[in-house]
This record gives sequence, C-alpha cells and structure tokens, in this order.
Amino acid sequence: MSAFLELRGISKRFGGVRALDNVDVTVEVGEIHCLAGENGSGKSTLIKIISGVQPPEPGGHLAVLGEALHGLTPAESIRRGIQVIYQDLSLFTNLTVAENIAAGLHRGLHLVSWRAIRRTADAAIRRIGVDLDPDAFVADLPIAQRQLVAICRALAADARLVIMDEPTASLTRREVDSLLALAHELRQRGIAVMFVSHRLDEVLEIADRVTVLRNGEKVGTYEAADMTGRRLGELMTGKSFDYTARDAREVAGETVLAVRNLSRAGDYSDISFTVGAGETLGVIGRLGSGRTELALSLFGMNPPDAGEVAIRGRTLTRHDTAEAIGHGIAYVSEDRLTLGLVMQQPISSNITLAVLEDLAGRNGLVPDRRRQQAVTHWIEELGIKVSDPENAVGTLSGGNQQRVVLAKWLATEPSLLILDSPTVGVDIGAKDGIYAIVRALAAKGLAVILISDEVPEVFYHTDRILIMREGRLTGEFLPSRSSEAEVRQAVDA
Amino acid sequence: MRSTTSPGMFLGAFRRTHEFRLLIATVGLIAILSVSSRRFLTLQNGLDLLTSYAFSGMLAAGLLVVLVSGGIDISFTAIASVAQYVALVAVMHLHGGWLMLFAIGLGIGTALGMLNAVLISTLRISSIIVSIAMLNVYFGLLMFLSHGNQLFNMPDWFLNAFSWVLWTDSEQNPYVLNAQIIGLFVCFALSWLLLNRTSIGRQIYALGGNAEAAARVGYNAWRLNLVVYGYMGFIAGLASLAQAQLAQSVAPNVLVGRELNVLAAVVLGGASLTGGQGTVLGAILGVAVLACMENGLILLGVSSYWTQFFDGAVILVAVSTIAWERRRQRAAMRRVIAAPAGAAVARQG
Repeated sequence: MSAFLELRGISKRFGGVRALDNVDVTVEVGEIHCLAGENGSGKSTLIKIISGVQPPEPGGHLAVLGEALHGLTPAESIRRGIQVIYQDLSLFTNLTVAENIAAGLHRGLHLVSWRAIRRTADAAIRRIGVDLDPDAFVADLPIAQRQLVAICRALAADARLVIMDEPTASLTRREVDSLLALAHELRQRGIAVMFVSHRLDEVLEIADRVTVLRNGEKVGTYEAADMTGRRLGELMTGKSFDYTARDAREVAGETVLAVRNLSRAGDYSDISFTVGAGETLGVIGRLGSGRTELALSLFGMNPPDAGEVAIRGRTLTRHDTAEAIGHGIAYVSEDRLTLGLVMQQPISSNITLAVLEDLAGRNGLVPDRRRQQAVTHWIEELGIKVSDPENAVGTLSGGNQQRVVLAKWLATEPSLLILDSPTVGVDIGAKDGIYAIVRALAAKGLAVILISDEVPEVFYHTDRILIMREGRLTGEFLPSRSSEAEVRQAVDA
Repeated sequence: MRSTTSPGMFLGAFRRTHEFRLLIATVGLIAILSVSSRRFLTLQNGLDLLTSYAFSGMLAAGLLVVLVSGGIDISFTAIASVAQYVALVAVMHLHGGWLMLFAIGLGIGTALGMLNAVLISTLRISSIIVSIAMLNVYFGLLMFLSHGNQLFNMPDWFLNAFSWVLWTDSEQNPYVLNAQIIGLFVCFALSWLLLNRTSIGRQIYALGGNAEAAARVGYNAWRLNLVVYGYMGFIAGLASLAQAQLAQSVAPNVLVGRELNVLAAVVLGGASLTGGQGTVLGAILGVAVLACMENGLILLGVSSYWTQFFDGAVILVAVSTIAWERRRQRAAMRRVIAAPAGAAVARQG
C-alpha cells in the first residue's frame, strides 16, 4: 500500500487555544481509517485542514499521493479527490436525488443538460449498487438514504478519500451495517474512507487502523484488530470506565407509575408495567419499536386509545402535557435540540422555563433573585460547565446541553423522570457524567425510565430492563441475573 | 409542493403538487365567473385582463426568482418608478430612440437591483431589511428630484408602438395584441429559462434550499445574489416601460404600494419565503387567481373594498393549505422512517 494522504507536524491555533498540536496522520490508498476523539479533541479542525477550509500553522507538511501541497483551498482539495460528508450531510432537500448527486456539474453559466445530470447520478448509484430513485426528492427520503445520496455525490466528484463526520449518529443498527458494507465496497475499489466519530465500537470491526486524538494531540495510531471499544474509550478520555451490572436490590419505594393494558393503534399495544420510587427502569428497543411513542404517551403528547396510566394511584384522564407535568412527570427528549431547548435563549432562561409559574410572586412577575437562586442551584447540582449563565444554550457542548435539559425538568421536582436516549450525540466522558446524575437522582427516590437502543447503556445503568419490539413488551431482565449477551439477543431476536 | 419541473415529472406526481390544486381552483373560479357573468369568458375580457395585470405579472416572474434564492425584494416598485422616469425624461430631452429608452430603463433597473445584492451580501443584513430601506431611498430620491411632477406628451413612436390588431369583429371591436401582453409572456419565459434551463438557475434553487451546503459544493453566493437581484431589477425596468406605455403618462408615485400584491401572488403560487421552493407555473397561476377574482367581483358589481377582503382571504387559505400539506407530508415521512426498521425486526424474528 502507498500513502494517499500524509500529514506531518500539523498544528493549529485559534487565538490562545491550541486546537491541534504537531499531529501526524497517514491515510493509505483504499484504507478504512478511523479518527477517534471526544468533542474538542481536534477532529473537526483536522477535517477542516484536510478539506482546505482552514490553513495549518506554518511548518506543517501536507501531501496527497506524495505531492506536497501548500496553501490548500477547498476547490483544490476536491480536485485532489478529497470529499467530506458532514454530519448534516449538506444536501439540498428541495431538489431531486439526481440533482444532488450531480451538483458538481453546475459550474459557471451554461445550459443545463438534464440528461447529463441523470447519467452522472445513475453512474454513481450503480457504482455502489444501492437502491435509490434518482427522481425522488431528498426531502422525502429517510436519513439513511440521504446519507447514500451524499456518498453518491462524493463518488460523482471522483473521490479518492471520503471523510465521513459522525456518520452513524442517527442510524439504526441495521443501517449502520449496510453503511459498513458500503465502506468495505469502496475500499475494494481503492477509495479510502475515514470515519470520524466518538462512537466507534461499531466501526472498529471493519476498520484497518484507528488514530486517536485527545486535547489536540495525537495519542497514537493503532491496528483496529487489536482495539476494543473499552480500550478506545480509555485512550480518548485518558480515564478508565469500568461499569458493572447493578446488584439486585429491593426497590422498597412505593409504586410511582402504573401502566395497565395501554394501547395506541399503529404505535404499541397492550403495555403493562410499573416503576417504583428510586427504581431505574430501562426500556430498550429499536427505532420503530414504539419506545418513543410510548414515552410520548406517558407525557401526554401522544394520547393512547385504550388502557390506563396512574401516577401514585391517581389515574390520568386528559392525557395532555399539562396534566402530565401536573402529576410530576418530566420528559427529556431524544431530540433535545428541537424539543428540549430554546437554543438562542440564555442557559438561565432555559433552566427556569418549566417553573416560571412556581417562581412567580403574587403579581405574576418572577423576582430576579429567586430566578438567580434556582439557576445557580441547578448549575451546581448537575455540574454544568458554564462561563456565564446568560450565554445562549447553543454555545454549550452536547453533554452540557443535555444537562441543561435535565435541570429544566428537575426544577419541576418531578416524581417520574423519562429519559429518551439521553446520551445520543454525547461523548464518553459526558455520558459518564449523565449516568452519575441519574444514579444520584434514583438514590434520592426519583423513579426513572431510561429509554435507549444501546444495550450496554441499559444493562449497566438500570435496575430492570424491559424489551420492546414491534409495539409490544417482549421480555424482562434483571441485569444482575443475566448477561449483556442475553439482553442483546432478546433485542435482536 | 414541488420545486422543479424536471423532465422526470409525470402527471401522477404533478397531481400531488400545489400547482395542480391551484390549477383546479383557477379553472373552478373561471367556470363560476363564466356562469355568473356573461362578459367574463370573452376574448375581449381575456385580453383586457392580460393587459391590465401585465405589470404585476411581469414583476411576479422576477420576484419568483428572488424568493427561490431564499431572499426577498420589495423595492422593485421603487426601482420601476426610477427606471421609467429617468428613461423617459432622457428620451424626451435628448430626443433618443428605442435603443436609448431600453438601455437606460433596463440599465437603471439592473444596476439598482445589483446595488441591493451588494448591500445584502457585503453588509450581511437580511434582504427584507435592505429592500425596505432601499425602497424608501430610491423612492425618496425620485420624489425629491422630480418634485412629484408627472410626465406627459411622450413621443408618439413610444405611445403607439407594439400594437397589432389581431382582427376586428362584426361590431367593429378590435382585438389587440399589445406590448404589455408580449412583455408578460417574455418575462415568464425568461424566468422559466433561467430557473430550469441554466446552471445558474439550478444553483439558485440550491442556494435557497441550503445556503451552507451550496457554499460547500463551491457555489458562489455573492455572484448568485448579483444575478438574482440584478434580474429582479431588469424585470422591474422592463415592466415599468410597459406600464408607462399603458398609462400613457408617468407619475413617480403610482407604482410604489403595489409590491405586496405581487408578493402575495407569488406566495399564493407556492413559492416559499424560506427559499428553494416555487415554480413559474405556480407564479402564473397565483397571478391568474387574483386577477380573475378581482375582475369577476367587478363584473358582478361588488364593492372594490370587498376585493381587498377576498384577496386577503384567498391568500390566507392558500398559504394554510401549503402549511397543512407540509405537515401531512412530514407525518407520512415519520411513518416511512419507522416502518422499515419495524419490518426488519419482523423478518429477523
């Protein structure tokens, strides 16, 4: 093998902050290379340098196929065969699949040849042998197919190296598998693939090598065959995480939530379970299993057709969010960005959003002092890293945003906390922080439902696990009396 | 809601578009008006309608391109006022001809449009703010310099040009093809060509759909804005000359105030204020619906205040339909996304 891309001594400074410090990376021709690191480790900066968006500090060496490149521009990088697929995929959802793939054909002013667009798109689709309708509008496609469109577009631009930024973040396990098969296919054709992610255990199986970054420095490049998910986590964070399944313990507390024969046509049917005070219940199922729909029903956003939900013995009647909140149910959504936070608003306003009525005095106005107290209390309690609570929530990292959502709901003093995939898009270190918070909350008597599609997440961090499949509960496990493999098997069955 | 008329579009897909519903509504409206008023569905009334709505229609063709790009412009009536005033003053004082008239009218229109683009791109201010400000700047300057004086006694070659009697019926009524009707067809044809047949047009759709992605693919937003707003100005210049000929006079203050009606027609036609969506057919139908309704109400003898009321009501209904349809599509999408995963589990199980 020979090197397609060679980086030596690459550094980058933003003001006083050193984003990259003397990093060497080599990507071989037709290699699957993983770039691993937590948020802020310098991954994105490295991508920007490779794609010519930002120049490295003087002294760094960057070569493609042995030819040293100076003053790389985005256009030059694309011409050399480097294509970046960003996490947001950068597609035009208002246009067809074919036009997206052939976007590179529209340069300067000339007449459009719809036939050439179609030919380019068909060729790219055929090359990776996927099932994509070139006439479909991208807006009508699910995420996994949109990703294929982005990959086709990279191929249509004659990519020799495809860099994928967080490609698996929004895919189901099955979709990840087909993406990996596709990466394998590209490698066969001599196209190198670089996966950039902080969730790499699934990619490890097919990768050739892994480069780990931490705080802007290269920790090392390793053969993927020798690497495990746990070791990778340690290299990325510099800490070791050793989780063990919880011991069986009597959850002595009273029953907080009782669900009886709950059904909603098309979503789930005949669901019955209880959660006690201080208990953490895991609900695991794939996307489309009805797990999120069930959670939304409990929170009054998706009224059930039949059955009963009772909180501390009192049955819910209206099934709207006001009633759910009134009974002490709090819901932290999977999609914290759209459902949980007002991104442009200050951190402080977001934390107090759900409790403004409680903080208000008799005249209906919220005294500033009481608001400040509440904000300070929750920032300390949850260890949210903020320089100024008046900054917009959007300026925080994923993990800290998730904590702000938690704070917002905990401020309502709930008796039941529903966490829907709370660690999606959050890196390992921040994940650990969230697990610790959940443990502490449960210890104080809060009933928690943790919904996830990651087996280790529920296995190591809950007292009891319910398996959900095709809208039904199909199994129940106690982590202390079963193995991770058993649970995985039940989910995949 | 569909953004393009790509060749792959067949009747089945067309039937689900906003344009199709609008077409049905237009045909229905025409049918009702034809039954209610004997004078509505006549060739003469049709030509009259085309002539009197040519100015709005031409501007709609230009504004469509701006909306597709993700921007907005409401200064075009002021640009049109400046273009027609300056062009005709120059022609009258310097005894110029067609070349001078078009060169000045279209040149000023294009230049002022491009000035909007430069301000939007370099100051990075939203286009709505820039165009409100520039509407006032252009219009204020024009009123100051012209003292509000109207222009009469324009040259005969201008007043009488482009008018062909198609034929004269038994009662000696002439049926005329005039500059306004020609201009209307030219503008819609130009917009269609620009949007669907040139690489620039496709980049404009891309820019309106996802500006960040357009930059990453290497499209030059600065240059595209120059084309988009310059084109809007060009169309405003052309429309202003057609309007001056129809009115047989130029008053600096009669055009400003009509910009929101044009915007309403284009939005009624399915163009999205967030960009990336909109078709020439939709814009044509949007203008047609409003024109037929206003004309029909007049023929039925309804007070002109009701016309404004109905204009507003129609726009409200149309835009709500679009919003409702988008919500429905998104809900359908969620089911599509969820279904394959569920089905896969079923197969494996």
